[in-house]
Amino acid sequence: MARRSSPEVNAGSMADIAFLLLIFFLVTTTIETDSGISRKLPPMEESEEDVVIKQKNIFTVLLNGKDQLLVEDELMELEDLREAAISFLDNGGGSGEDACNYCKGEGDKKSSDNPDKAIISLKNERETSYATYISVQNELVAAYTHLRNIRAQELYGISYSEMMNNYKDVNWPGNRDKLKENINRLRKEYPQKLSEVQ
Amino acid sequence: MSKFNKKKKGDLPAVNTASLPDIVFMLLFFFMVATVMRDNELKIKNELPAANQVEKLDKKELVMYIYAGKPNSGYQSKFGTEARLQLNDKFSEVSDIPAFIYAERESKREELRPFLTTALKVDKETNMGIIGDIKQELRKVNALKINYTTRIGDVSLNKK
Repeated sequence: MARRSSPEVNAGSMADIAFLLLIFFLVTTTIETDSGISRKLPPMEESEEDVVIKQKNIFTVLLNGKDQLLVEDELMELEDLREAAISFLDNGGGSGEDACNYCKGEGDKKSSDNPDKAIISLKNERETSYATYISVQNELVAAYTHLRNIRAQELYGISYSEMMNNYKDVNWPGNRDKLKENINRLRKEYPQKLSEVQ
Repeated sequence: MSKFNKKKKGDLPAVNTASLPDIVFMLLFFFMVATVMRDNELKIKNELPAANQVEKLDKKELVMYIYAGKPNSGYQSKFGTEARLQLNDKFSEVSDIPAFIYAERESKREELRPFLTTALKVDKETNMGIIGDIKQELRKVNALKINYTTRIGDVSLNKK
């Protein structure tokens, strides 16, 4: 009985296939970088003198052991926190030297004078879960970013987040010193004054 | 004459192995690209919470990592199910943090030390008690820049 010889498979294109796959993986894979919410802890040395802060300039956020949110002594859902923080910070209820000429809030006399005076006080209990705490931090940072974005649009026609991206981008062609100055101005107008009570 | 008599009987053709190097290289590259180098082997559960107002931690050499979470099932008989701290490769107490921070600072170049950041990689089911303790210890050693490392996503993912 005659036997058939198997023809040789052409392997010339194997390298091309391999390179194709290699390039595919190279393009699709991103090298992981960590990201998160940056915070600065207060230094240990407490200043002795008591700073008097008006009650209306403090926005108290309390997280209890059951992960419930108490804002200004009222129960609130996490979804409403950002809105509440924005209206508190941007209230601009001050007059005289405390007046705020860029605030767009209601100017309620019972709420904060200006964003520089407004302090958000965050208190949590030991039983609060970390996930909830991060959610609250995230919403509060979002409130500040929202206000800075609006102000940046007004002053420079570009949002604050975009300005930050440009600043971090080494290939950005514009004037970095000027950009830094603009960012600092926004940060000064809406400073992140977030105090955590232990 | 016949078309079917080329073959000598009982002779297997050799398999062509010219493409074997390509296959091997392909696998090699795949694993090179897909592998994430991890300095510390995690002995705890570490599922990070989600947030979207995040900043990137791009300078890896300037970051010190503190992990916290429930011990993995293999370690639970020894360390219990309460959230624990992990520094480098081992379970630690909160009181070990100052020594850890000093050691990390020593290992960095002097001009970089003021820019060191502490990244807290904490499991989302952890209670805030241990985090408050960690922050207190960090304040004692003046390591004030911290970063709560998160996944990127909407906060609604944090709800159970």
